[in-house]
Amino acid sequence: MTLSGAISIKSATKVYDPDGARVLALDNCSMEIGPGEFSVVVGPSGCGKTTLLNAIAGFHALTGGEIFLDGQLLSSQEKPARPGADRIVVFQNGALFPWLTILENITFGPLAQKKLDPAAAKARALELLETMGLAGIALDYPGQVSSGMRRRAEIARAMINSPKVLLLDEPFRALDALTKTVAHQFLLEVYDRTRPTVFFITHDLDEAIFLASKVYIMTTRPATVKLVLDINLPRPRDFRLLASRDYQRLREKCREAVRTEALKAFSAGEREM
Amino acid sequence: MPDSVSRILPTPEVLTETDPPKSGILYRLTLNLKKWLTSSGLRYNLLGVLGFLVLWHLLTAVFKVPLFDKLPGPAETVKEWFSRHPVYGISVFTPEYYQHIGLSCLRVFLAFLLATGLGVPIGLLMGWKKTFSDYTFPILELLRPIPMLAWVPLAILMWPGRESSIVFLTFLGSFFATVLNSWLGVKSIDRAYFRAAASLGASEGLIFRKIVWPGAMPFVFTGLQISMGYAWFSLVAGEMLAGEFGLGYLIWDSYILVQYPVIIIAMITLGLVGSLSSLFIRQVGFRLIKWKVKEAGK
Amino acid sequence: MKINFKKLTKSKTLKRGLFSVALFFILWELSAKFKVPVIGAVPAPTEVLACLRREFFDAYYWYSWGTSLMRITTGFIIAQLLGVPLGLLLGFSQKTRQTIFPLIEIMRPVPPLAWVPVSVVFWPSAEMSMIFVTFLGAFFTVVLNIVEGIDAIDVRFLRAASSLGARRKDIFWHVMLPASLPSVLVGMTVGMGITWCVVVAAEMIATNTGLGYLTWRGYVAGEFPLIVVGMLSIGLAGYLSSGIIRRIGRRFTPWLTGQ
Repeated sequence: MTLSGAISIKSATKVYDPDGARVLALDNCSMEIGPGEFSVVVGPSGCGKTTLLNAIAGFHALTGGEIFLDGQLLSSQEKPARPGADRIVVFQNGALFPWLTILENITFGPLAQKKLDPAAAKARALELLETMGLAGIALDYPGQVSSGMRRRAEIARAMINSPKVLLLDEPFRALDALTKTVAHQFLLEVYDRTRPTVFFITHDLDEAIFLASKVYIMTTRPATVKLVLDINLPRPRDFRLLASRDYQRLREKCREAVRTEALKAFSAGEREM
Repeated sequence: MPDSVSRILPTPEVLTETDPPKSGILYRLTLNLKKWLTSSGLRYNLLGVLGFLVLWHLLTAVFKVPLFDKLPGPAETVKEWFSRHPVYGISVFTPEYYQHIGLSCLRVFLAFLLATGLGVPIGLLMGWKKTFSDYTFPILELLRPIPMLAWVPLAILMWPGRESSIVFLTFLGSFFATVLNSWLGVKSIDRAYFRAAASLGASEGLIFRKIVWPGAMPFVFTGLQISMGYAWFSLVAGEMLAGEFGLGYLIWDSYILVQYPVIIIAMITLGLVGSLSSLFIRQVGFRLIKWKVKEAGK
Repeated sequence: MKINFKKLTKSKTLKRGLFSVALFFILWELSAKFKVPVIGAVPAPTEVLACLRREFFDAYYWYSWGTSLMRITTGFIIAQLLGVPLGLLLGFSQKTRQTIFPLIEIMRPVPPLAWVPVSVVFWPSAEMSMIFVTFLGAFFTVVLNIVEGIDAIDVRFLRAASSLGARRKDIFWHVMLPASLPSVLVGMTVGMGITWCVVVAAEMIATNTGLGYLTWRGYVAGEFPLIVVGMLSIGLAGYLSSGIIRRIGRRFTPWLTGQ
């Protein structure tokens, strides 16, 4: 069990300025995410969740505030974060490299960081695929396997690097309901195995409560945290949880908060991002 | 090499749901111009173009490097081009220059009009009605692999005058590109729209006007841009082999008469007129398919 | 492309296609026979067939194939050797692009054929000028397609790679290069088409060898069926060479098949 991976976000602010039209995407947003916490960020579409994730990942700089990882400054206005293998992103529409086989995709990280030599990386990747139940597709190209398989392979590609933080940007958005439940189970198993800090974005409430240790409900743009909800449901979890009374109660609470924001966003005429 | 990597990586995603405060061509142009003038890009743009001109000048006029010494230099060309009394009779002050330009433009315009008038309806119909495409597609595929310039002798043979053969050649160049892209345009429309329209009780005419036509528009305009390029491409061949006037003919004639600076003048003019004509089509297209541009911002 | 023959033979599409192709040839033959204006000037299919049979056993005909193919191959390969690295460089380096791209934008709208006279003046031999014009035909297409391909790379791939700890060099070799490969291949296929077009016209204008000249000779010598034979040969040659490019391309992009 890792004890690292605490993310501390202090008054993060982000202003986009395309062609002089100032858009405030993040406003004074603060969060404290503990090490090994499964945090799920929920909010209306286009509220700035992805902006926050990209700032943690190091894809762009903040215009104000700071982000710390384990007490060390990760990103501020002066110092944009560099992308790094301690914080790996799983993307909304999936970003497995289509020109590499699943196996080659998974060995990409260790080889790029020169952590393992090719033979060792391959052995390690095969082992990981085996434990994750993906051994059958090792030699296929991403385009040849189902989208559910692709998502799982992408999570495997991240996990082989044993990242402190796993950043997931609506990874299961495009999956159908059945595939989604399988993918949830998969992600929980992965999480329970090594307990990385997870930063998971979604606007699916069931998904949020089922997976999370803590749910952060965001306001509509500019995004700040409206409500933090502790999900004290026992782990390991499985689908039977969905029928429990505790779950229903949390869900109700969550829905109320999100609905207010969604209505605001709706009347403001937001478009899906 | 790697400065573009850093260019790509930390880019903020531009939030597209906010429209820029002002729009309109003039506004965009001035905005782009301002950006360009203030960016470091301009320096490099100038560096490239000036560097090329200097190199050309040095190779041809100063050091007279073998091979290059036979070509006219930039100074010589420009002097001839803007001379009131050009040595070889062609400059911006001679009516002949504009006669050549005018005739080439007229031929391209005619051919382009014909190709669009025939090609767009045929392409749209092929994409929309399967029966029609069953009958026409094989013929199209039979003729398409033949490069349009291979048609030159046959075109001269078929048509009574030079004028009609050149226009026919130019037409051929644009026609296939237009048909193919219009066809692709209809194919690119989501089949669900047709079903939706049918279940809403739309007539065939309405489906054409409200779905086929606007849906295929973006592809049609890409096709028109390509076909404009092809039109100039084959025009030059036609004029070189069969013309009596026109920029392609001017190039060939100047070669025969050893008036080399005129060749360069005519080439640059061809490039200019060609880019202007595609710019024109882009602007027209942009106006007609604004909805697509907005949606693409998603 | 896989064709399901059993399905095809039963299909209406095939019947209709055969019908219209047959009709096309019959109308062509008849219009030649009855001297219909304009189209009637085209030699009839039967004449073309007779001419083709004659040419097939003529060494000169095959020699023309050989010369054209030789020019195409040389010009095309030089265009790739110079165009691919240049395109990659322009795609990756902003400064190089700002320096060189305007030049390309200025030269590109000049139709390749307009270069024929300058090229003949410049190069010491006719063969070299022919190859140069062929080269030009493919060069700009290849460069522009690569640049476009690189610009179109999904930013997610670059981010994913850097998130996995890849350095800039790795990103170049393992992300940008393979990601732009499909558009490189598209550029090659299109470039091959243009190359044939250019070489044929250049042969008509400036030499007395090759398939283009063969066609032109048919016109000049009044041997009109030869024109059509020449056109068909050029069409076939172009079709075959694009096919070869596509086949090679498929080998280099295995991930694009079977999707």
